[in-house]
Order: sequence, then C-alpha cells, then structure tokens
Amino acid sequence: MTRVSPARIALHVISTLVLIYLILPVLIIAPISFSSARFLTFPPPSFSLRWYQQYFSNPAWMQATRVTLTVAFLTVVIATPLGVAAAYAISQSKLRIMRVIHMALLLPLVVPIIITAVGIFFVYAKVGLVATLPGLVLANVMLGLPYVVISVLAGMQSFDPAQEMVARSLGMNRLRSFFAVTLPQIKSSVVAGGIFAFISAMDETIVALFISGGQYQPLTKRMFTALRDEIDPTIAAISTLMTAASFMLVLLASARQKKAG
Amino acid sequence: MLALVSPALLVILALIVLPVGWLAWQSIYHDGFTLENYRRIFTEDIYWRSFALTFEISLAVTVIALLLGYPVAYLANSVPKGWSILILALVVLPFWTSVLVRAYAWLALLQRTGVINQLLRYLDVISEPLALVHNTFGTVVATVHILLPFMVLPLYATMQKIPGDLMQAGASLGASPSLTFMRVFLPLSLPGVLAGCTMVFVLCLGFYITPELLGGGRTVMVSMLVSRNVELYNQFGAASAVAVVLLLSVLLIFAAVSRFISLDRILGQK
Repeated sequence: MTRVSPARIALHVISTLVLIYLILPVLIIAPISFSSARFLTFPPPSFSLRWYQQYFSNPAWMQATRVTLTVAFLTVVIATPLGVAAAYAISQSKLRIMRVIHMALLLPLVVPIIITAVGIFFVYAKVGLVATLPGLVLANVMLGLPYVVISVLAGMQSFDPAQEMVARSLGMNRLRSFFAVTLPQIKSSVVAGGIFAFISAMDETIVALFISGGQYQPLTKRMFTALRDEIDPTIAAISTLMTAASFMLVLLASARQKKAG
Repeated sequence: MLALVSPALLVILALIVLPVGWLAWQSIYHDGFTLENYRRIFTEDIYWRSFALTFEISLAVTVIALLLGYPVAYLANSVPKGWSILILALVVLPFWTSVLVRAYAWLALLQRTGVINQLLRYLDVISEPLALVHNTFGTVVATVHILLPFMVLPLYATMQKIPGDLMQAGASLGASPSLTFMRVFLPLSLPGVLAGCTMVFVLCLGFYITPELLGGGRTVMVSMLVSRNVELYNQFGAASAVAVVLLLSVLLIFAAVSRFISLDRILGQK
C-alpha cells in the first residue's frame, strides 16, 4: 500500500487544490484590508491602515458594531441556559414526545433561513417588534438554540446519569445535584455551545435584513447594504476583524471540546 | 422534564412554527380563501423560471461539491491523524467564517478589477477582463465554496466507520486497488454521499446571500423572489406562497431521504 500510484498522486493534487479553493477567499481579505489602494492591484501597493481608520472613525459603523456585540452577548446569555435545560431534559427523559421536541428544536437548521426571516418579519410587524433590539435578540436566540442543544447533547452522552442518582440518594435535590455533579462534567460542551451561538448571532444576516432597522441595525445588515451599492475596502477591514474573532472563538471552543473529550 | 424543555420549545414555537404557519395562512387567505397566489406560481413565467433555475443551480452545486468533496474526505480518512486534523481544520474554518464575508471575498477575487483578472492580465493570459461574477458562474463558485463543508463532513464521518480490514481483504483476494475501491469502499460510503448531497441541495434551494450579491440581478433564485415580493412589491401573499412551495420542496426531500438514512445523520450529528 506504500507504493505511490498515479491515482494516489491525483488524489493529493486534487485535494490540495480543493483545500486552496476553500481557504483562499478567507485569507484574501486581510491583504485587501491593509492595502492603501481602493482596488487590489499587482504588484500590491503600500501598506496602510486607512480602511481600519475609516471603520473606527465612522459613527454608523461603530453603532452597528455595538448592536452586533450586544445582540450576540444577549443571545448567548439567553440561549445557553434554555438550550442546556432542554438538552438535559431530552437526554434524561424517556417520554416519547421528547423525540418530537428534539426534532422541533432543530427546526431552525431545517427551514430555509429566508422563509424564517420573512415569517418573523410578518409576525413582528403585527406585534411591533420590527427594528427593535428585543426583536433582534429573540430571533437570534431561536437561531442559536440548535447549536447549544447539539453540543450539550453530545456532552451528555459521555456522562453517567447514575452519578446524579448517587448525589440525590445522598440527599441533594435534583437542582443541586445538577449544578454540583452534572454541570461541571458537561461544562466544556456548554461553553462550546455558547460560543457557537455567539458566532451564529454575530454572522446572522438574512433575518436582520428583514427585521432590523433604524439605530438597531447590526454590522452584517450595513455590510450587505454597502456591498450591494459599491465595493468599499472598509468592508475588508471589518471582515478581517470578524474573521479573526470567529477563528479565535472556534479555537477556544474546540480546545474546550477536546478537554471534554 | 417537560418544564425544563418548555422555555426552549416556546421560543421555537413563537419564532419559527408560528411565523411559518402565518406564511401558510397568508398564502391562501386574503379577504377570503384564494388559490390565486399558487395559480400564479404555476402559470406565470417569472415564477416558473425561477424555480427551474433554482433547482438547476442546486443540482449543479451538489454535483460539483460531491466531486470536489469526495477526494478531500477520502484523503482525510486515509492519512495519519495529524494530517487529517489539518485537512479537517481547513474545511471547518471557512465554515465558521460569515457567509457575508465569504461572498465579499469572492466579489474581490472575481470582479473585473478583482484579484484573478488582475493576475491573469499581469501574466498576459488575457487582454480583456473575464466576466467571472455578476452572473450564474460567480454564484455557483461562491455557493459551492460555502456549502462544501456540509459535503465533506458527513462523507468523512461515514468513511471513518468503514473498517480498513475490508480493503485489505479485497486486496488479499487479488482485487486491484481501484476494483476494491469501486466494489467495497464506494458502496459503503454511499450513506455519507446521500447525507452530504441532501444537505447541500436543500441548503442551496434556499440560498439568498450569494445569488443576491454575486448573481448580478440576472440569477433570480427562489429566495430572491420571496424577498423582492416583500421588499419591493409588498406582495405578501405571493411571497408567502413561494415560501410555502420552497418549504414543501425541502420537507419532501428530507422525508424521502429519511427513508434511507436517519435525519440525525443528515444534520451531521452522527
């Protein structure tokens, strides 16, 4: 099997090209963001921070950044406990209906996001939640829930429920035994789920396009609108910062999951 | 236990079940019951063409993603652990980069004054910039890029479960590597192929950001039909009917595929 066949070489070449195709667009934004030119030219012109300056000195971009960070933070704070409670119930209960509920909690991954977005827009229009912060947070909680549920359910699989029974037989109530015995052991998957919910909220675009407005527009909505009109390298600067944030969070989450492991 | 799950369930009911139900209602009720919105989808050219185009693009994207993704998953499965972790990391990292950021990156790469055209002109391969974006080509390139991880990950998960001894058994019985691959490995990897293709196809049916930003207004996919009916024309009934037909297509595909493999597997939970 160690003989290098032509098929094996072809496999390596094709895979390498595909991996370059995958990673190149992610890496290309950084050089554009640090270039002084409005358009990327060859050879690359001088190094400049002007697009970052434009981003940090623009009140509209700064307001959008605050909205994005607030929404993502509140999404994690709300979606994590809801998702943990649901995942715990699903994994411990033997009720038939739990399978249906489990499926229902994964609906945000199944229903095309454009449909969810328009539907939420119609409902929000009736109850006056369009262009509000609570409206934006609620929608992102819903979209982030599956990530928490999936991550925590995976964490619960390696947890032995008998341990919690022992704690309860020693006189702890269910709630205390959960916090004292169960939670410390699934902590990593909880943190990972929370991080994925944060990234999901930070990157969410389509629902925000329909339901956000006024001063409560997240970064992604402003970027989308800007991209439709003209390509402004300021977006490269913002994209670079967003990508760096995502990568660091994913590394953090996978380090966590490995520790759980 | 039901009390624990109810807050999460309430959020799902209020923010996805109710809105989708509302859409369905709105598509058939407007000052009385009417099927006018559905009649239009099936008779008016613009709707019909958009659905056809969306299915064509989704099919093309799925086939390309399979052709590109299978070798990568196969390689990740057949190299030592350190290398497979590196390959999977390269697959997963773009997955966690915002779709919007990646659409922007493809614009920067493919536009007339973009990286690829500049490079090709610099190398004297072309004299006039190629029209790589603001058309179906650009849409497909960017969409495949965004959906490829959804193909590679289930493929890899399935390949991991194929026992290596089977390949050795095939070889020991005198089969060539390509024959062992075709007769043993490929059939056993088919559940992964089905899971990956379903996910990519279904996600592509509802894709919005890449056709909107990279399609140049000519590649009107179904999702854009929905958004235009809402944003430009205030045709809520028409938008709802298109959304319902799109959702039914997605659910039908999931239902059909779940006869062969479990839904958990399609959604990447193993």
